[in-house]
Amino acid sequence: MTTTPKSSTMTGAEIVIKSLIDQGVEVVFGYPGGAVLPIYDELFKQNQIKHILVRHEQGATHAAEGYARSTGKPGVVLVTSGPGATNAVTGLQDALMDSIPLVCLTGQVPTFMIGNDAFQEADTIGITRPCTKHNWLVKDTDELAETMHEAFYVATSGRPGPVLIDIPKDVQFADGTYQPPRNFKPKAYQPKLKGDTADIQAAVELMEGAKKPLFYTGGGVINSGPHASTLLRDLVEATGFPITSTLMGLGAYPASGDKWLGMLGMHGTYEANWAMHDCDVMVCVGARFDDRITGRLDAFAPNSKKIHIDIDPSSINKNVRADVPIVGDVGHVLEDMIRIFRARGAKTEKTAVAKWWDQIDEWRGGKCLDFLNSETLIKPQYAVQRLADAMVKHGDYYVTTEVGQHQMWAAQYIPFDAPNRWMTSGGLGTMGYGCPAAVGVQVAHPDSLVVDVAGEASFMMTMQEMSTAIQYGLPIKIFILNNERLGMVRQWQQLLHGERYSSSYSEALPDFVKMAEAFGCVGLRCDKPGDLDGAIDEMINVDKPVIFDCLVEKHENCFPMIPSGKAHNEMLLSSSVSADNIGDAIKSDGAVLV
Amino acid sequence: MELKRGSSSHSAYHLRPALKEGEERRTLAVLVDNESGVLARVIGLFSGRGYNIESLTVAETDHTGHRSRITVVTTGTPMVLDQIKAQLERMIPVHRVRDLTVEGPSVERELALVKVANAGDLRVEALRIRDAFRAQVVDASLESFVFELTGSPEKIDAFVDLMRPLGLVDVSRTGVAAISRGPGEM
Repeated sequence: MTTTPKSSTMTGAEIVIKSLIDQGVEVVFGYPGGAVLPIYDELFKQNQIKHILVRHEQGATHAAEGYARSTGKPGVVLVTSGPGATNAVTGLQDALMDSIPLVCLTGQVPTFMIGNDAFQEADTIGITRPCTKHNWLVKDTDELAETMHEAFYVATSGRPGPVLIDIPKDVQFADGTYQPPRNFKPKAYQPKLKGDTADIQAAVELMEGAKKPLFYTGGGVINSGPHASTLLRDLVEATGFPITSTLMGLGAYPASGDKWLGMLGMHGTYEANWAMHDCDVMVCVGARFDDRITGRLDAFAPNSKKIHIDIDPSSINKNVRADVPIVGDVGHVLEDMIRIFRARGAKTEKTAVAKWWDQIDEWRGGKCLDFLNSETLIKPQYAVQRLADAMVKHGDYYVTTEVGQHQMWAAQYIPFDAPNRWMTSGGLGTMGYGCPAAVGVQVAHPDSLVVDVAGEASFMMTMQEMSTAIQYGLPIKIFILNNERLGMVRQWQQLLHGERYSSSYSEALPDFVKMAEAFGCVGLRCDKPGDLDGAIDEMINVDKPVIFDCLVEKHENCFPMIPSGKAHNEMLLSSSVSADNIGDAIKSDGAVLV
Repeated sequence: MELKRGSSSHSAYHLRPALKEGEERRTLAVLVDNESGVLARVIGLFSGRGYNIESLTVAETDHTGHRSRITVVTTGTPMVLDQIKAQLERMIPVHRVRDLTVEGPSVERELALVKVANAGDLRVEALRIRDAFRAQVVDASLESFVFELTGSPEKIDAFVDLMRPLGLVDVSRTGVAAISRGPGEM
């Protein structure tokens, strides 16, 4: 500790604000309550940090995630003790699963009351220990500044994630010494950024000899920063290899690029999944072989050598054994990889790879995302396509989603040509993510078009954040594919549970147009394919929050689909499933899996 | 007190059960910052991810540096064991993880306090076995002894088994502490 002048003595609440300012924080998403009042008092007295008052603490966490995901900066959440903290838990776990940097500050009852079952007391540290990357209870104001700076370091370095600081109310009132952020590095936690050169060399050698190569990329590319996406594009161009991505990695390689195969996984494209199954060298960049991606593990890419680049050593060899594991930051590793690849003469098996592309083009020719359109009913896929076209025409768009069928259609049909433009709850699959996330994205990008592609059921979980959007003049667009069903649940019940639709339809839905008006938003409804383009244009052009109630075909299923427990080459396509055989499309042994 | 043969498999730590097919037993040494909640973090990792804990001991070993050393005996397939190590290593307060089973020879010791209550020949026999195991008498009354015994978990199992017909009343065990052989530090 350095000796500090008396002038840097301040209250705990002042230290919190000063630390946030010194960390470059511009926006805090929060909700006040008894145990954080001293901090709110300090927020009131300053103008550097903007506070966004949400309507539920879960909304604060998702808004902070949207902010973080769309800017690359950490999102900051401020909530009170007890229910404030427990309401934030879903968002923390969501951020943990998707590696989103969040710093969550929670108030706590005064230190002398901890453990007494005091009013609004909860064991926040105990509750959030498994759903944060790390958390701290600060019992001494003198330790507050250092803890704040350490929290930002831990949240943003290595594999990013949520952290939480629990601050008892007496610590907020007490005087302590402020320490500015120094070049802070905890001794025990030093993530490795540079990959091992010998490993990268071995990877390049595998790639040089590959006859059926494939890049399989994920959210790690986006977390590594825009530079990593640029490097990925360079490497794809330099090698001429095809590329697919997980849900979390969309936009790292442009959807308009000619090497792009579309998303892979449970609802990925036919060409991406077949390429995964048949490839001989798989280059996994910042993805984690999640069960939505691999399908049946013992049949996963059976004839491939796997190169796995990940900053988190525990992601390597967790589900799938890597032949060449490379621990390091995607940006750093890709830079070395390109350098070594070029230094060795940029060699590839050109003839074999050209043959591989012929095969891929044949798969592409199946046009797996085609669907039977209707002239009278709006097909949800058609609605998303029309929305995508309008957004592309408008330019500068960000998309968030809720969770379910609409999320997969959005991933399939909306093209992203840049990273940080697509915000969705991948790992945790949190219904209710999209609306508050859109709030956070719009706060960060006030002049851009921000659309939440939603389902009516997900939206109803956190729709009170429309009130936040109105309060802060955030013209977010909620584009609801309203099928009056929990569409994905209904689809699984149809395929796996003998068409017994247990609690998967939405009764007593509100009139979303009237609800929009009640919030002070603009409400639009559309139920005819012919009216869709005009209505979407109206939604985009109005400078207010909009709830767009798009009434779609109620029983549409989301295809392609790899049923749980199946391999990539056992995919169901919309053309192969008819009304007669749909109940038998999946064997019951897959039903035990989620 | 009811204890079956291989008594430790019925202890709170569920010590030394038979290994399942493909599983191995490993002793890990984990050096951590001795901060509040660090043990809960480590245990939470094991319980949350479904890993086994056969034995776990922890104490501060560096009072000035506030470092604690956790010795954990765990079982799993080689893939799971690697995953356990990787998961431990990425925790913020964890400085180092060493696999003492794999990384060269090591010494493992456990301490037990064993209480027997008996009289006459049984009392004499208990003392004779104590001599053979080189256990200490740390408490004695006219009806009972408390023995202190240090050794491998198997040695303690054997001693406890022998004490059972001789009036075994109570057993307290520390769990395994382990260290590598030779001059190297952790």
